[in-house]
Amino acid sequence: MTELLTEYLPILIFLMIAIGLAAVMVIASLIVGTQRPDSEKLSAYECGFEAFDDSRGQFDVRFYLVAILFIIFDLEVAFLFPWAISLGEVGAFGFWSMMVFLGVLTVGFIYEWNKGALEWE
Amino acid sequence: MNAVTSLPVMMPASAEIFLAIAGMVLLMIGVFRGESSLRFLSYATIATFAVAAILVVTQGGGGEAFYGLFVSEGFAQFAKILILIGSAFAVLLSRDYLVREQAGRFEFPILILFATLGMLMMVSANDLMSLYMSLELQSLSLYVMASIRRDTLKATEAGLKYFVLGALSSGMLLYGCSMIYGFAGTTSFTGLAAVFAAQTGVVPLGLVIGIVFLIAGLAFKVSAVPFHMWTPDVYEGAPTPVTALFAVAPKIAALALFVRAMMDPFADLIGSWQQVLVFVSIASMGLGALGALVQTNIKRLMAYSSIGHMGYLLVGIAAGNQAGVTGVMLYLATYIFMNVGTFAMILAMRRDGRLVEEIGDLAGLSKTHPMMALALMIFMFSMAGIPPLAGFFGKWYVFMAAVDAGLFGLAVIGILTSVIGAFYYLRIIKIMYFDEATQPLDDAVSQDLRVILYGSAVVTVLFVLFISPVYDAAKVAAISLVGA
Repeated sequence: MTELLTEYLPILIFLMIAIGLAAVMVIASLIVGTQRPDSEKLSAYECGFEAFDDSRGQFDVRFYLVAILFIIFDLEVAFLFPWAISLGEVGAFGFWSMMVFLGVLTVGFIYEWNKGALEWE
Repeated sequence: MNAVTSLPVMMPASAEIFLAIAGMVLLMIGVFRGESSLRFLSYATIATFAVAAILVVTQGGGGEAFYGLFVSEGFAQFAKILILIGSAFAVLLSRDYLVREQAGRFEFPILILFATLGMLMMVSANDLMSLYMSLELQSLSLYVMASIRRDTLKATEAGLKYFVLGALSSGMLLYGCSMIYGFAGTTSFTGLAAVFAAQTGVVPLGLVIGIVFLIAGLAFKVSAVPFHMWTPDVYEGAPTPVTALFAVAPKIAALALFVRAMMDPFADLIGSWQQVLVFVSIASMGLGALGALVQTNIKRLMAYSSIGHMGYLLVGIAAGNQAGVTGVMLYLATYIFMNVGTFAMILAMRRDGRLVEEIGDLAGLSKTHPMMALALMIFMFSMAGIPPLAGFFGKWYVFMAAVDAGLFGLAVIGILTSVIGAFYYLRIIKIMYFDEATQPLDDAVSQDLRVILYGSAVVTVLFVLFISPVYDAAKVAAISLVGA
């Protein structure tokens, strides 16, 4: 049992350092930093939404479209990195699998481009 | 030589590979030529299905491919041919509708093509991973198709309901898969079968939970009670040609997957899943029969009818023997034609150029359209299981298998519910033949619909002549999966 726990010791140390460092930074900025809040600084900025607001509010569906199209190509890159690193291991099958994957994505890209999904207006 | 560097066996999957490439080529043709290419794409899709069917017949018997993730044998070939027939009919049924309703989107046949690709892969899935991937490929295409008429409230509602509940069922299925993997240590069907064959003593509880979750996910896809609640709403809300597709091809694929999952990896755990399937089967047969009694919309009625049919088909799986699988495959072969024919009839129900869906609209059909009324009567008698029409034989073999397996109660309940079910099928016939028409339906019915309607009716009637070759083919298919 202790052997098992020893294996996890680095993670515990890492967690403690992470928590400690984060706490130090937050507390230090509260103590040392100058605090001059105004309405602009306190307003929401991320995604342009109020954090607590009516959930029935309308907004443009095109945001979704952009987000969905982004995710596809984001994932493509996320797949490309491990593939590029292990290309020597995965051999011809691995190489051609990725080529097929990229080919399918390219077809999808041509489709969305032609349908005008990339044009905002 | 590293084993990974060589290319895997691919030939057994050549039909699927062909469909995928053809789908992408057609998509490119469609997007560059615009909406005017709908007609061409519909025929090209049907031609693609025909080529895929030839590939299934010639290459599909090759066994495992892609390092055992994919398997194609007689069972898969039989199911794939049925799926391709069902999908080709759906494309044919949709053409007239898309033109007349001004809903002509060239993506429609291509979506059917990709959904069909997913279905073919479901039938051949030989690993929990490829099972999930193929199921999602099929489902995602179907979600889009349910709400393809995005300007109508009902279709968007149907699409959303289908999507949300479908995602829930996928979640349950994945949870089941993870439990099974956790307790068996492999996701491969072959590996799972080996693990369970070697296992002695009590089946671990976690494994049973995993299998139950897997069954719940699959039961959702075949719309079996208690996971049927999406079916009536989606059937009613989706455009009628889409409903015609939903009622046939995905059901065949999901049932074939169901059969493979139960008979291949979990065959040795029959004690754990048989009682679940018996319950699901009885509940589906009962609810299908009782729920349909009060329906006034013919598409909702067909939804309950298909829930009932799924119940009868699950009887064959619950039997857990070769006769049961044979019965299921034979049942599915008859099920295609009855359903496609009925939906061709529903698509032909127009008054002043607009589609009508109430059962009452069929009143007096025997006087205004005697041939169409006759065809619909044949389908209704066949679905009720009246000999010598096609529907009778499916039920016969499935119930016989249940009796063979010692499930007498299940067979008796099945027969009782088909008597109850006969009432609502006969009610349609009564309305057509004995009620007075308030206002007749339109005369103009497109050539496509006529051909499908009368063709299916002829097949349903003459099926009795071809019963022995179809039965033999189904038996060969079943033996290739479960052994003699």
